[in-house]
Amino acid sequence: MLSRRNPQLNANGELIHLLSIEGLPRAVITQILDTAGTFLSVSERDVKKVPLLRGKSVFNLFFENSTRTRTTFEIAAKRLSADVINLDIARSSTAKGESLLDTIANLSAMHADMFVVRHAESGAPYLIAQHVAPHVHVINAGDGRHAHPTQGLLDMYTIRHFKGDFTQLSVAIVGDIVHSRVARSDIHALTTLGVPDIRAVGPKTLVPGDLAGMGVRVCHDMAEGIRDADVIIMLRLQNERMSGAMLPSAGEYFKRFGLTADKLALAKPDAIVMHPGPINRGVEIDSSVADGRASVILPQVTFGIAVRMAVMSTIAGNEA
Amino acid sequence: MKLLIKNGRLIDPARGLDRIGDLATAGDRIVALGEVPRDFSPARTIDATGLVVAPGLVDLAARLREPGHEHEGMLESELAAAAAGGVTSLVCPPDTDPPLDEPGLVEMLKFRARKLSRCRVFPLGALTRGLAGEALTEMAELTESGCVGFSQADAPVLNTLTLQRALQYASTFGYTVWLRPQDPWLGKGVAASGAVATRLGLAGVPAAAETVALFTLFELMRTTGARVHLERLSSAAGVELLRRAKAEGLPVTADVSINSLHLTDVDIGFFDPALRLSPPVRQQRDRDALRAALADGTIDVLVSDHTPVDSDEKTLPFAEATPGASGLELLLGLALHWGEQAGLPLTTTLSRITCDPVRVLGPAIGTLAASAGRLVEGGVADVCMFDPAARWRVGDATLVSQGKHTPFAFASSGFELPGRVRATLVAGTVAYEATA
Repeated sequence: MLSRRNPQLNANGELIHLLSIEGLPRAVITQILDTAGTFLSVSERDVKKVPLLRGKSVFNLFFENSTRTRTTFEIAAKRLSADVINLDIARSSTAKGESLLDTIANLSAMHADMFVVRHAESGAPYLIAQHVAPHVHVINAGDGRHAHPTQGLLDMYTIRHFKGDFTQLSVAIVGDIVHSRVARSDIHALTTLGVPDIRAVGPKTLVPGDLAGMGVRVCHDMAEGIRDADVIIMLRLQNERMSGAMLPSAGEYFKRFGLTADKLALAKPDAIVMHPGPINRGVEIDSSVADGRASVILPQVTFGIAVRMAVMSTIAGNEA
Repeated sequence: MKLLIKNGRLIDPARGLDRIGDLATAGDRIVALGEVPRDFSPARTIDATGLVVAPGLVDLAARLREPGHEHEGMLESELAAAAAGGVTSLVCPPDTDPPLDEPGLVEMLKFRARKLSRCRVFPLGALTRGLAGEALTEMAELTESGCVGFSQADAPVLNTLTLQRALQYASTFGYTVWLRPQDPWLGKGVAASGAVATRLGLAGVPAAAETVALFTLFELMRTTGARVHLERLSSAAGVELLRRAKAEGLPVTADVSINSLHLTDVDIGFFDPALRLSPPVRQQRDRDALRAALADGTIDVLVSDHTPVDSDEKTLPFAEATPGASGLELLLGLALHWGEQAGLPLTTTLSRITCDPVRVLGPAIGTLAASAGRLVEGGVADVCMFDPAARWRVGDATLVSQGKHTPFAFASSGFELPGRVRATLVAGTVAYEATA
């Protein structure tokens, strides 16, 4: 079989779409984080706008509902002076008739310059990226269990902000990793940036052993998983997984794998606690931790806007 | 009509025949093989210099999409594809719409196929009504109307008691039951469990989906005495169980698809929907085990698993794409490619797509069983002539089938297929002839 070129990079190795962190060179990731740093000050000014995307149309195309992520993309695009069009396309309406690619073709005819796509199926943004005109850019805002690359990048920004160097860190990711696009993007980013110790922590139904193939250490014991960690990334437990064949109950899960102040004491004294949100208090994280000194959950949200501005401005400047 | 095929490399895999010579046909029979009597006066002579003259290929798994899915393929297009691929007999599974669970449907299919006279069509009847896995079909009636065995296609029999009764009933009359070993619950994913599915966030199908089903089936074969043909083995662990079952003497045969023989999950690349296949292609060690088992005969037969899929059903996110790939026209080339890589004699390679599938069909195809898949004097004149040195690139324009999707398309695989069919005879009639 031919080795197919990574579809998010052009022939010069520049980023034209952001579909996954997997396969991104470290230099590209670092450059986006550096750019995000320069945008952070924009958000603190009275006039929170720069004209980098003036006249461009950004379509937020959400086949799966997410007010929060869509809002941060909308704010990021507006701070870059783009025109933003939000489309919440419930899956049922596409099932009624129009195919995914027909939707894209129609919106392209309205001269879209950038699509921000969230879809329930892994790989959907790849299909879109393969069928748009060369000047149109695609950002994956979460596809199935596969990837959520802007979340991964903002998590890296957060870690770098609080910890500086990646190459000495122990990072624990705790929770429903098998179904988590955030975990996959974090793992790819952490391995690319040289983190030597990444642990995936949870019961075997949510953290199967073959995750080790992604370069993580699989731990089924919470104490072992977070001991001496510098960074703890807690994942949201979806409602539909709280009872059934994956887990018997939210209560039992919280007892074994929920992050409490007692358990947090096992980590390094200066450890930070992250969460992609929205948090389930009392399910995966105790309120005293979520609101406590170690929590950097709200800074993550602030950094998220700057990182998304950096991604948009970077890919908009690169030609296929 | 009398035909004379001159100076070809005659191959009859069943007896290891491999020699240069002539072949003469009269009516639907081969009348001379090797030396043709001087007084034979053919209506047409075909020069086969440099070509292999082999028995027509026998494909045990090709979906024709009729009735019910005519937008994805129909008898005309798919039997033309068979002939273009050198396939002179094929077995089609019952997962049409409606399923082949009534004699009338089977008779109509057989009648339509016979009128086209491009390829012999042997339908599998549905094992259960509507493939619902609940009530048995009228197997004896279906056999009289032309079914050569009974299958559930990809539909499960959830109730083990029903499965046991189906096997008991079929074995009463000596019918073979064709089943794809896959546990319905473990088999719900869209890609083989493993590093690739984990990385891409695709729901996995573990090898245990196959082995759990095999354990159940072998145990039921022991208690019922039923003869079973296993369709599309996909895992190394499954191969090992088959090997043990054969050593034990269970009446079991098996096939593997061209996809599982050549591809692995790594080929999914960036969610290529052409690789959305059922069963899913697995890892390197599974592929290696399947290839070794096909070479040593543990797996009896190589099949195309031909499944034409409409473009609209393939240009979708990976998990939503309809599983399946076009294959009838690739069977020969991919068999030859495997044989070359495995260092097998051409007679062995061709066995797996000629006389071995006929052995699996056995008495279910009546008198044809004596000579289909073979080149013998007095036998049926089903012949595939191909140029073993020619290489070709698979693309939309080069495929006759209505289904254009294949993981072996040159544009994505960069792979040139060996062996080009030059002519196909079915019952002594030219069913396909390459232009120029």
